[in-house]
Amino acid sequence: MTLYAFYAALQQGLVYGIMAIGVYLTFRILDFPDLTVDGSLPLGAAISAVAITSGVNPWLSLLLAMGGGFLAGMVTAVLTTRFHILHLLASILTMTALYSINIRIMDGPNVALLGRQTVFDWGLSLGLPSPWPELIVFVGVSAVVLLLLIWFLTTELGQAVLATGDNPQMIRSLGVNTSFIIILGVGLSNALVALSGALVAQHQGAADVSMGVGTIVAGLASVIVGETVFGDRTLTKALLAAVLGSILYRLAIGFALGLAFFNPSDLNLLTSVLVVVAMITPSLKRRLFQR
Amino acid sequence: MITLTNIIKYFHKGSVNEVFALDKISLHLEEGDFVTVIGSNGAGKSTLLNGIAGTFFPDSGKIEVDGMDVTHWPEYRRAALVARVFQDPLLGTCPAATIEQNLALASLRGKRRGLGRGVKTADRILFREALARLQLGLEDRMLDKVGLLSGGQRQALTMLMATAVRPKVLLLDEHIAALDPKTAGQILGLTREIVEGQKLTTLMITHNMNHAIAFGNRLVMLHQGRILLDLSGEKKAGLTVKDLLEQFYHAQGEELATDSLLLG
Repeated sequence: MTLYAFYAALQQGLVYGIMAIGVYLTFRILDFPDLTVDGSLPLGAAISAVAITSGVNPWLSLLLAMGGGFLAGMVTAVLTTRFHILHLLASILTMTALYSINIRIMDGPNVALLGRQTVFDWGLSLGLPSPWPELIVFVGVSAVVLLLLIWFLTTELGQAVLATGDNPQMIRSLGVNTSFIIILGVGLSNALVALSGALVAQHQGAADVSMGVGTIVAGLASVIVGETVFGDRTLTKALLAAVLGSILYRLAIGFALGLAFFNPSDLNLLTSVLVVVAMITPSLKRRLFQR
Repeated sequence: MITLTNIIKYFHKGSVNEVFALDKISLHLEEGDFVTVIGSNGAGKSTLLNGIAGTFFPDSGKIEVDGMDVTHWPEYRRAALVARVFQDPLLGTCPAATIEQNLALASLRGKRRGLGRGVKTADRILFREALARLQLGLEDRMLDKVGLLSGGQRQALTMLMATAVRPKVLLLDEHIAALDPKTAGQILGLTREIVEGQKLTTLMITHNMNHAIAFGNRLVMLHQGRILLDLSGEKKAGLTVKDLLEQFYHAQGEELATDSLLLG
């Protein structure tokens, strides 16, 4: 692996790590497998790109992207809680609808950001060479997201979110409207995924309608690899593990794709295999050691 | 404190699985009434309690708690008035949360949950005192996850959580049925201490006729969604298990008689 490839994998791991935090929130905390993310990642990218090309400040465009992601998550959660559509199906419906919506937003399948302002421009004016401005922005945004989320989950409301995933019957009988909590949680998760998508678009210099394909699998890979390698004994550790898992996942993929045998199009196959291996390893271990 | 008027509930109405669960149930509980509820399987005991808690809405009838018409309130809203303890000890607590986090969740029953700290320092002292009264040593394990506790410990904690905020009505749905006899006895003792000590208006379902007689000031027997027997005061105090069984078989016998007439 070249140093260039290493930095690229590190950057990707960090920026998609924010998405992995969102996936952790639905998949692990709320016990709500949510495929909306395949649509809300490009949604965030599209909103941010269109906002920037219309002259909006790139930092502000991140907030707009998060708002869009939150709405997308809300749609899935409302379909599930109010209309009792199975969560997986509801999220597939939203994801499918988002494909068309994203093209509408961009007025085409993609928007280029070449020569436009981005959140990395300050590095250039300070004379910092790539990849440092990108790395600093990604680490900074990840840290803010992690700190805010960890703080939120210790509040009265946050504790109700955790309890809703853990024992919904119990927390309802303690007076919590679990539908509201699920709408809030899935919204929040997709806001983070959209934020990740917006940063990816600014980093790549373009938003593309197909950039969301495989987001959920990459997110699950990050969460599961993180849990397996770094542990998930406390909530703080588990959230941090999702980000570290994302970095590890991108490094592993970067390394595998660097081998002459693999094509870049093998990414999805490799990711699926990686997730399956990580998921069955614990039970395989148990079986082997019992005999 | 709580008044049910002509509550009717069908499940799966119009299908082959139709169940007539509650047949025009009317029941009034005064403040501080401790009512034991008995009846055979399928008599409608749990359905009655679920109906009060708001797990489902009745097909017709009216439910009032503390003078408010709560018939169409969803479950989470009624929780401000109604607390419950389930048969399954796993249902009443959050396994992944610590003991103090569970108590903090319960201490906000029916209140707004904002961005204040989930577990407040001042509350910790109160939780500690309350846990110490259980004499299970849980006051020294406040940071342990509840998933590590035994069924009996979890059910004791659930009793504490259900009454952390004084409920207008406490619903106990066979809350000792899943415990071993010794633990069941302890939880029953705790129940008497809390319910009688705080004079809580309570409905307690039990399968044990001795408990039904020994506890509370009033006894209700349900059969096929109807109230078959409602005894209080001296009438209840003088009851024996034999009386109850006789009443029960008497009711069933009548039904057999009408059935055989129909079939005959």
